[in-house]
Amino acid sequence: MTEMQSEPSSPYGSKAFEGPVFRKKRDVPDGLWMRCAGCEGMLYRKAVAENLMVCPECQCHFRMGAAERISQLTDPDTFEELFTDIAPADPLEFHWLGKSYADRLREEQAKTGNIEAIKTGVGFIKGRRVALGVMDGEFLMGSMGSVLGEKLSLLTEEAASQNLPLIVVCMSGGARMHEGALSLMQMAKTSAALARFDDAGGLYISVLADPTTGGTTASFAMLGDIIIAEPGALIGFAGQRVIANTIKAELPDGFQRAEFLLEHGFIDMIVHRKDLRSELARLIDYCGE
Amino acid sequence: MAKTNSAAEGYVLPFEKPIMHLQRQIAELEASQVQAGRDYSSEIRQLRSQFVSLLKKTYQNLSAWETVQVARHPARPLASDYIETMAKNFVELHGDRRYADDKAIRCGLARVGTEKVVLVAQQKGRDTREKIACNFGCAHPEGYRKALRAMRLGEKFHLPIVCLIDTQGAYPGIGSEERGVAEAIAVNLMEMSRLRTPIVCVVIGEGGSGGALGIGVGDRIAMLEYAFYSVISPEGCAAILWRTGEKAPEAAQAMKMTARDLKALDVIDDIVPEPLGGAHRNPAESAHNLERHIVRTLRELKRIDPEAILKHRYERWRRMGKVIRVEGSPSADQA
Repeated sequence: MTEMQSEPSSPYGSKAFEGPVFRKKRDVPDGLWMRCAGCEGMLYRKAVAENLMVCPECQCHFRMGAAERISQLTDPDTFEELFTDIAPADPLEFHWLGKSYADRLREEQAKTGNIEAIKTGVGFIKGRRVALGVMDGEFLMGSMGSVLGEKLSLLTEEAASQNLPLIVVCMSGGARMHEGALSLMQMAKTSAALARFDDAGGLYISVLADPTTGGTTASFAMLGDIIIAEPGALIGFAGQRVIANTIKAELPDGFQRAEFLLEHGFIDMIVHRKDLRSELARLIDYCGE
Repeated sequence: MAKTNSAAEGYVLPFEKPIMHLQRQIAELEASQVQAGRDYSSEIRQLRSQFVSLLKKTYQNLSAWETVQVARHPARPLASDYIETMAKNFVELHGDRRYADDKAIRCGLARVGTEKVVLVAQQKGRDTREKIACNFGCAHPEGYRKALRAMRLGEKFHLPIVCLIDTQGAYPGIGSEERGVAEAIAVNLMEMSRLRTPIVCVVIGEGGSGGALGIGVGDRIAMLEYAFYSVISPEGCAAILWRTGEKAPEAAQAMKMTARDLKALDVIDDIVPEPLGGAHRNPAESAHNLERHIVRTLRELKRIDPEAILKHRYERWRRMGKVIRVEGSPSADQA
């Protein structure tokens, strides 16, 4: 799932995302400086990191890995990671162009230091104990495979048994092709787990970060009791290029952005990253214990 | 039934050419037998047996890509054909009571065999006019919301639900996104997992991604023998990983999307056999097989107590996927 190309014959193609935030404008050496995808300004990387990975100039919210997100969201040293023993298999023995999914997984694991595209656990947000799942967009574009479905379902069941609010930060290109229909079925699996949690009266808040697309959106991302999005996040079902090819027309400005979804009634609020902790704490106080 | 138009009937799949050649030879011999008044019956008999064995051999060894072609055959029976043959006294219900009546998903009350059911069926359309009316079977959010409304009636009036799946996927368009197709599918997945009535789903042709799964959560999931079910179309997968849609045959093979593969992966529970040479050769027999499967499965489910049905359904979906358990994984450190 590296580069998006649309298929010409069918109106229905890939749901991988093509967000603009990670446009590879490597005209500056990696490390000290970075270019903002929003205002195109040159930014001192350390200053951006200290600013929660948000552009200090235009407030563009950059993507970030799961570990960084967890340390931003939770109170220091309170996050206890769970279900770390669950690792991806290669159930289809998937290979293409001389590459194999098994090798690709090893590469991603080496590159990111993570075993899969999600981290799950329990921790505290401003003193409130929560079950927290954070997707990792850096691992195979945050795609949803069997591990993601299993860990999210386990986390949901854990939240139910411990009577904790469940918070899931979504960031995903959709279902992972390399596990075929097994990836697709994770949509139903996670939704079934959430149905039980809902029946038990649990509070589920989904936080949609850039990008949240495809099967992730069409399952747990859209099932939050409360749905929060980050400013400017791409949130949708079908990929933009697929839609543009199907309807043979330009897409309107701001299409499938968080602000577009708010206007059309599909999310509750857009929250700036610097306010996310306090907003989550406030919601938990209203709906939780 | 079998309202296959003549254009569709004359449609020959590339791998079926030798079969059609034999068929033509038989027809020619039969014609000249009548015209010339000569007896070719032994030759015809021989050709017929050749024809049947070639058909059997071909269809027993279909590649994944050939299966996709059969599933998309223009003469393949559609949901409407099955409804006409199999569903007696069909009362169609229209509209989602929110926005529109999406003809890509037909809903209604019907009797299948002896069973009264709520029927939810994706309809691709046969002729151009119908294809446009039902958007080639690509539903908008209102289709999924209509389906859920119909299914809730089933729950309320203790009618089991039968879903027939046949779609390339949900429609990728502006209106579809504006009206929340992702939300509509997500809500269906969640609600179907806990509807208090038996649900039987059958993929009758194409099982295209989330658009198929949006009416595909139930107690027993089956596929017709030459249907396929996939996370992304083979063309879409090929365009991304192989960088050209022309490698769709390779992608179809790699993604394991045939009924046999998905049964082996425990994604589906049953395979409904198709007539020799595919459903398009004998729509009536295919409808008969489908009806038998539905009736038998509903009878099985009726014997199970409703609480147990929900429990088994949860466990069935909870098991989906393959992972491995490792000790001392690298991600065990604190974030």
